[in-house]
Amino acid sequence: MAQVPADLKYTREHEWAKVEGDRARIGITAFAQEQLGDVVFVELPKVGARVTAMATFGVVESVKAVSDLFAPLSGEVAEVNAELVKKPEMVNADPYGQGWMIVVKLADPGEVNALMSAADYEQLVAGAGH
Amino acid sequence: MRAAREPYDKLIFELSSPGRFAHSLPACDVPESDPASHLPAEHLRATPAELPEVSEVDVIRHYSRLSQMNYGVDTNFYPLGSCTMKYNPKINEDMARLPGFLRLHPLAPEAQSQGAFQLMWELARDLAEISGMDEVSLQPAAGAQGEFAGVLMIRAWHLSRGERRSKILIPDSAHGTNPASTALAGFSVVQLKSDDNGEVDLADLERHLDESVAAFMITQPNTLGLFESRIHQITELCHAKGVQVYMDGANFNAILGITRPGDLGFDVCHFNLHKTFTTPHGGGGPGAGPVGIKAHLAPFLPTPVVTRTDKGSYTLDWGRPQSIGKLQAFWGNFGMLVRAYTYIRTMGPDGLRAVSDNAVLNANYILKRLEGHYERTTPGPCMHECVLSARRQKKLGVSAMDIAKRLLDLGFYAPTTYFPLIIEEALMIEPTETESKETLDQFCDAMIRIAQEAESDPHLAHDAPVTTPVRRLDQTLAARQPRLTWSPGER
Amino acid sequence: MRYISNTPAQQKEMLGAIGAASMEDLLVRIPPKARLSRPLNLVPAMAEVDLVRHLRGLAAKNANAEDWACFVGGGSYDHTIPSPINHLVLRGEFFTAYTPYQPEASQGTLRSIFEYQTMIAALTGMDVANASLYDGASSLAEGVLMAHAATGRDGIVLSRGVNPLYRQVVETYVEGANLRITSAALADGITDGEALRKAVTERTAAVVVQYPNFLGCLEDVRAAADVAHAAGALLVVVADPVNLGLLTPPGALGADLVVGEGQGLGVPMSFGGPNLGVFAAKQELVRRMPGRLVGATVDLDGRRGFVLTLQTREQHIRREKATSNICTNVALCALMATIYVSIMGKRGMRTIGELSVAKAHYAAREFAKIPGVRVRFSAPFFKEFALQIPRTPERVIGRLAKDRILAGLPLKTFDRQLKDCLLVAVTEKRTREEIDAYAAALARAVA
Repeated sequence: MAQVPADLKYTREHEWAKVEGDRARIGITAFAQEQLGDVVFVELPKVGARVTAMATFGVVESVKAVSDLFAPLSGEVAEVNAELVKKPEMVNADPYGQGWMIVVKLADPGEVNALMSAADYEQLVAGAGH
Repeated sequence: MRAAREPYDKLIFELSSPGRFAHSLPACDVPESDPASHLPAEHLRATPAELPEVSEVDVIRHYSRLSQMNYGVDTNFYPLGSCTMKYNPKINEDMARLPGFLRLHPLAPEAQSQGAFQLMWELARDLAEISGMDEVSLQPAAGAQGEFAGVLMIRAWHLSRGERRSKILIPDSAHGTNPASTALAGFSVVQLKSDDNGEVDLADLERHLDESVAAFMITQPNTLGLFESRIHQITELCHAKGVQVYMDGANFNAILGITRPGDLGFDVCHFNLHKTFTTPHGGGGPGAGPVGIKAHLAPFLPTPVVTRTDKGSYTLDWGRPQSIGKLQAFWGNFGMLVRAYTYIRTMGPDGLRAVSDNAVLNANYILKRLEGHYERTTPGPCMHECVLSARRQKKLGVSAMDIAKRLLDLGFYAPTTYFPLIIEEALMIEPTETESKETLDQFCDAMIRIAQEAESDPHLAHDAPVTTPVRRLDQTLAARQPRLTWSPGER
Repeated sequence: MRYISNTPAQQKEMLGAIGAASMEDLLVRIPPKARLSRPLNLVPAMAEVDLVRHLRGLAAKNANAEDWACFVGGGSYDHTIPSPINHLVLRGEFFTAYTPYQPEASQGTLRSIFEYQTMIAALTGMDVANASLYDGASSLAEGVLMAHAATGRDGIVLSRGVNPLYRQVVETYVEGANLRITSAALADGITDGEALRKAVTERTAAVVVQYPNFLGCLEDVRAAADVAHAAGALLVVVADPVNLGLLTPPGALGADLVVGEGQGLGVPMSFGGPNLGVFAAKQELVRRMPGRLVGATVDLDGRRGFVLTLQTREQHIRREKATSNICTNVALCALMATIYVSIMGKRGMRTIGELSVAKAHYAAREFAKIPGVRVRFSAPFFKEFALQIPRTPERVIGRLAKDRILAGLPLKTFDRQLKDCLLVAVTEKRTREEIDAYAAALARAVA
């Protein structure tokens, strides 16, 4: 059973968000990377781009599938993980750590309340039957 | 166990030797052969392109060896669902190569192209009769282009009536080109769910039908190999809301002489000449995707339209102000049209009917022999293809992919796997009418053996293939570090 | 029925195994009112010998380039097709094979495509080429759409030197994407630099020039690249790869994308199809490229192997978000081109260009000796040129047809200002005798 760190927030589309002050670090969950298989490419926005909660901010590709990335929270992209260009496999190996994708300066910290807790996300994933 | 010969592993560049050549070009018979005397230096290549330097023997041997690494219909059974891998008649190849067809320039004067136009005009009429449509354009280069043309014509028709509809409905079982062609034409795709039998869910369809919908696009029979029996209801429901109905003709092999899209209420359909009409797959094309329409869409046909004049001559009609435009530079994949024409005249109406009868018979025979070993996905008889699920085998750790690879070891090309998307571990099997009962039995014996191996020796499927020139390939590496051209360091 | 193996006895046996009394039982899901109640109204089946006779009759009505001297170009060319090509592509394992989705059973096709990609990249001077698209026109259309996706801009500037038939295809393809196409006029046969600068704005996604252009003239590609790049747009060059053994590759002149018609590389004219759409780009555009791509990898034993790669871009996975809707492409034509380039090789590819250039310029000079006849444009040309003649081009074509000469393409339908011009193409296949005969016939026709 893929891990679901308790200190993170989650979306129904299998992204996680780690609130760090007025910013949030964002990536995809262990469940998501397992479903995708070997990640071969990640397409991310540029620093300065605006993202909107539940709108797409990029794309993650594996050999057999491609998935849109949905922003958990709205704001401006402050950092982008450049390592993923050379080593997309980090998303598989360490989805919550070195596989992070973007850091967003939050437009509305209140949006965090709309995200799922670890417990809720765990239930969602258990329901998906893997 | 006999030691296997090391498979051939060369690329043409690796056979190069400086100074070797295979060409035979005449000496220049006009004065001033030096291009520098005609062209300014900036237009002349500074260094020659890095291309092979090989002899004709090298070329023949290399490509002959490469061909031996392929499975083809000529050598192997190819039960690929939705692809109609039937026998490719050799007479078609001879006819396409007649100099009057092969060596004809598309912009030769019309007076000097009458035989070609006549062939096209007659083929269009044949396809119209086969499909029950009013007119056919032979221009699209493949099925996907046919779909694109069809969707553009539908769009033009709505616009001509002052309507700007933005959506197209497509079942979740559809081939990927359907939504892709739709998106290319600027529509948004609304996916409809299939019901438990794999057919169009009428209630879901009705819920979605409104004045924002331009068209409903389906395959008939559908991609589960089932005839959509409520098709008249479907087309009536759509037409009541001004929605056009499009038939993806990929599965035409099931219905030749049995039923026709034009009689079922379809407004547009395309044909895959490289499926039903035997033009060869060529390792991935060329194909041809003519599109058939009902009369109300005629003003929007791609230009030019091959027309017969009152005097009985043929001409290209460019005077189509409402046309959707052009899909490729010239008039269509003429070489493939010659092949399809030859086939239709070889078979005649009785032969074409026998094609579908035997295609349906062969698929049902396979379904019967395999239904005890693989899970069925639809009730009742299938049409020209059947879809099974390897779900049972997956529980034992043997996936549809593993089954496909094991079949390669047993001398068969694999069926289509993982399509349609709505079936888990899908195996889509389309034998076509050109296969004999003996071949079908051998295939079914192999499939049954694999099902048994899944219980007793799953490692055989996991390790497969082992008899092919290469074993399973690292797709991840290929995608993470794409190497798309040869360089001297390659090997 | 020679393509159907099962005999009535076997059919009966199979029906028995299925538990069906007759074929009709298998068609039970089809509602009676959907059933065709009569046989199809088609010509009855023809025996092979009769069919061959009929088709030979149709073929004989056409002016084929074996019996006629073909001086027509305009996007399709009568170039040499070496004999080994036909023998090799008729091998059943090549022409009856499927798309290489099961790579272990398709290494022949995959390896030849990898070679093809390499050759096209080398000829065009670009980093990567795809496995082919349908034809030059639709390749250009796909290229324009890619430029739009890559830049986010909606303006396309097409030089008037781009083949007008290609322009029509582009217009059809960009309908759905709502792109705006504007033009840059020509001056004396090539793109007017000033007109181009005016047309290119910060909304331009791509500038498109053809090299040599539709009128046969050689454009200043480097200048077009500078204008495009200064505005942040891509430069798309339409080129004929068979010329690129001699001509400077567009990649060396600043092209971001090269598209074009590869028919000259050993693919027969065949009345305009099937063709060979060439598509080659710079490395940074690879993930946006339409069409199939073959990549090198290794198998479980570490052996070299080839696979279709970056497939998630394609329709069967990405569906409505695919880079293109293309599925079937023209693999067999790409194979013809691969074999062609192997046969011509490094030196032959250059020689083809040299011969075409020499003969075209000889022809132009000879024709221009005829009173009233002149080469219309002063810009340098490659293997095709616009000839201004003092009689209606259509009539001259009709006169020369009596001598089995396909004289060229009348330019009136493409540009009314050129209604007195004929577009003449001269490839390496045209002999001095044929050119001299054309000159003599032309002199008589315009006297």
